[in-house]
Amino acid sequence: MPLGIGCTARPGQSRNNKTGSWRVYYPVLDTEKCTKCGTCQLICPEGCITQNEDKTYAIDLDFCKGCGMCAEECPDKAKAISMHLEEK
Amino acid sequence: MEGSIAVAETVRLCRPQVISAYPITPQTHIVEGLASIVADGRLDAEYICVESEFSALSACIGASAAGSRVYSATTSQGLALMAEVVFNSAGMRLPIVMGIANRAISAPLSIWNDQQDSIMMRDSGWLQFYAEDNQEAVDLHILAYKICEDHNILLPAFVCFDGFILSHVYEPVDIPEQDAVDAFLGPFNPYQKLDCNDPISFGMYATPEYYLEFRYEHDQAVKRAAEAFRKYGKEFGEKFGRDYSELVTQYKTEDAETIIIAMGSICGTIKDAIDEMREAGQKVGLLGIRCFRPFPSEDLRALLGNAKRVAVLDKNVSLGAKGAVALEVKDACYGMDLPIYDYILGLGGRDVRKSDIKNIVALCEEGKGDMFYGLREEVL
Repeated sequence: MPLGIGCTARPGQSRNNKTGSWRVYYPVLDTEKCTKCGTCQLICPEGCITQNEDKTYAIDLDFCKGCGMCAEECPDKAKAISMHLEEK
Repeated sequence: MEGSIAVAETVRLCRPQVISAYPITPQTHIVEGLASIVADGRLDAEYICVESEFSALSACIGASAAGSRVYSATTSQGLALMAEVVFNSAGMRLPIVMGIANRAISAPLSIWNDQQDSIMMRDSGWLQFYAEDNQEAVDLHILAYKICEDHNILLPAFVCFDGFILSHVYEPVDIPEQDAVDAFLGPFNPYQKLDCNDPISFGMYATPEYYLEFRYEHDQAVKRAAEAFRKYGKEFGEKFGRDYSELVTQYKTEDAETIIIAMGSICGTIKDAIDEMREAGQKVGLLGIRCFRPFPSEDLRALLGNAKRVAVLDKNVSLGAKGAVALEVKDACYGMDLPIYDYILGLGGRDVRKSDIKNIVALCEEGKGDMFYGLREEVL
């Protein structure tokens, strides 16, 4: 996007800034193991985990920074989220 | 008329819609004067009282971004407290004009004059103009608004005038007519502004992919301001009879062998000293830096072509290096076969007299320089 004088921006521009590019580790959600408890959605500091209509969860990798909190906090009985090194 | 009051009356003529400032010696009379002017209904403006200089300039940012012409004034510690906001306002490219009644920086505490405060903000991206006398302090305020608000520039500016030496001195000043200032400046025409119906954010986040380019654009704008200064300075001269088409003022430099370079009110003393030295047959001249940011490197290079030596007088010091003006002059003249000596003097209100200027010229001719001038050896 072209520079705005004074570093100005219209509303909604942060969607264009795909902060997922900062990530070192990416999360993978195993829907077979997932109990749909919703802890990951609550805990995600970026708000990039959403619930689908069928109650399953999805992680938006465009904005996930790979902090790993979802994997850490996923309850022991499920451990449905694992972190993997980005191959760039 | 007192310098500060002359400045306050001139700011009134520029019709700022918002003024926000916090009183500090020796700037106090300017904001006191403006507060009275607003309270008496002589200027239709919001005068925002704040609890600190940080808030003063923050209020100016908001007001300027909302589409108002704004004014503030400060000095020394006040400017230091503003530091974060100084850089922010420049990066947001807001055409704020701020008067600086130059004063030394603590510690040790000093309320007296030198130019360390505005020099401290050298790299902030604000334009910096320096007045030799109160007439220039008045004129440069009007000119600053004209330059800053140009949509090809969009930058804030300091109008610097020496604390006490100018701010508190009484001398004749021609205050322009309101009609003439209105015709010269026109109403503020913001390039972009905060608008509830068309939202926009200023000074947003820049990732590493963009930050370098923002700084480049900012630097280009500061450099373009040199041409705007010349253009509007010439126009100012045509309208008001006092020419400002040059970033550097010249005094008896044409055949000068020794050229002094200085900034601010000290130039008046230097001119008197030069007159006496000329009578004694010494070929001495003065180049006065009227615009420090952008720095007139090419102008100086051209004007120093025939000089044999240069004495730069700095009322500031970049501790561990040299005076800020000398560093710039040496950079501008790199590769020229020209000795350039720096003299740090007049810090914290130490008087600089004609005899001091003559002593410095003698030192310069002997090849002695790059020093603090006038040290009282007995207290060291």
